Amino acid sequence: MIPANFAYSRAQTLDEALELLAGADPSIRVLAGGQSLIPLMKLRLARPERLVDVGRLDELRGIRDRSDGSLAIGPLATWAELLADERVLSHGALADAIPMIGDVQVRNLGTIGGSLAHADPASDIAAAALALELELVAKSAARGERSIAAREFFVGPFETSVEPDEIVTELRLPAPGSSASAYRALPQPASGYPTAGVAVALVRAGAAPGRSGMEASAAWAGCTIGVTGVGEHPYRALDVERAVLDGTAFRGAVQAIARGQRVAADVHADREYRSAMAVIMARRAFEAAAARLD
Amino acid sequence: MLREDLDLTGAKVGCDTSQCGTCTVHLGGAAVKSCTVLAVQADGSTVRTVEDLAPDFEHLHPLQAAFVEHHGLQCGFCTPGMLLSALDLLARSPDPTDDEIRTAIHGNFCRCTGYQSIVDSIREGGRQMRGQRARSWSDARAAATPDPGADAGAAGAVASDDADAGVRSAPTTR
Repeated sequence: MIPANFAYSRAQTLDEALELLAGADPSIRVLAGGQSLIPLMKLRLARPERLVDVGRLDELRGIRDRSDGSLAIGPLATWAELLADERVLSHGALADAIPMIGDVQVRNLGTIGGSLAHADPASDIAAAALALELELVAKSAARGERSIAAREFFVGPFETSVEPDEIVTELRLPAPGSSASAYRALPQPASGYPTAGVAVALVRAGAAPGRSGMEASAAWAGCTIGVTGVGEHPYRALDVERAVLDGTAFRGAVQAIARGQRVAADVHADREYRSAMAVIMARRAFEAAAARLD
Repeated sequence: MLREDLDLTGAKVGCDTSQCGTCTVHLGGAAVKSCTVLAVQADGSTVRTVEDLAPDFEHLHPLQAAFVEHHGLQCGFCTPGMLLSALDLLARSPDPTDDEIRTAIHGNFCRCTGYQSIVDSIREGGRQMRGQRARSWSDARAAATPDPGADAGAAGAVASDDADAGVRSAPTTR
């Protein structure tokens, strides 16, 4: 399996990479770890005319604390690097999801920024990014930096709100504070991709008096739910979140987890089964996150 | 490149799409699937292949000897990848549990053995290596971190640090 012909440019600096992308040419793809893009190119499901390799840009590497308590993750952080970082693993949903991604070899090269930008509709990390309210910074030569909330990031299958002249330059992960999170998925046994995967982050009522929208009767002051493998792209289950914050028991509220979605159907799982599995994975993630608060 | 230009045919072409793991090599000290690395991405880095385990083809690496002793292979097609994934694990965790071993070879398919004898081989190979630290790759790993600024000449210098371990190393500039 040999990719179609393509040109290759290794950027020496971020500015150089942004210049190479400045024409917003959709036939140019950014190469990070390559663990998703290269197999797709070999299968000729992706045929970029040029790769801009950002894999050696130290500016996009590393994990550091920000002054507001959040974590700044360089998009080139590999899964192996993330799994070795206690600050990352303090987020239950990440500690659950990252070991489920690929295998050891893929985790040694694959990067979190590359994976998010690739935007596979069944990406494990996407569910965690949504539930943990990750913020992505994208930069272009023409317009500089802008911030994108995870829930605005995924817009279609393999499609994000990052423009063709932009590169994801930083991921900002809010401090866990008084929340706890978990990720549960049903991996398809051969591919490892989730048939349905759900990340849930919870804050108990009374634990964070500053959070708004809290009813006196609600058990939860914070509830964010990221769903992957189910719809056309990873999404936040906002209806379920609102119902839970309004005091509906999770067990009932979660029935709406696939509401409004075009649920994917394939040889492994039809719509009904996949929707049912989404409910079960959500319930398990909810129970695991709640248990981590105790 | 590894197989046809450098004649290092230990790493196999299996699925060629990052599934099966028989193409596994170490890049900058970590196991990777070489089918999913462009040669140009490895420019200036140290690449180690299964040939490095027994450079003289006579004295097997203790892990290889354990595979022979514990029936860790039948047809042998997956073995190069199994060995290099196991060495990645043993460098991080010299005395792994069976669960850790199974996680480490999650990305390596074997269609013959049913895996149990491979797990046995890696466990026993690890035990042998703990007794023979001089042959361990863990020391070599520390010297093998990729240097993004390095050119092909510098990669040769990295390899020479491991001369007494009999390391063969090929910079993959192309």
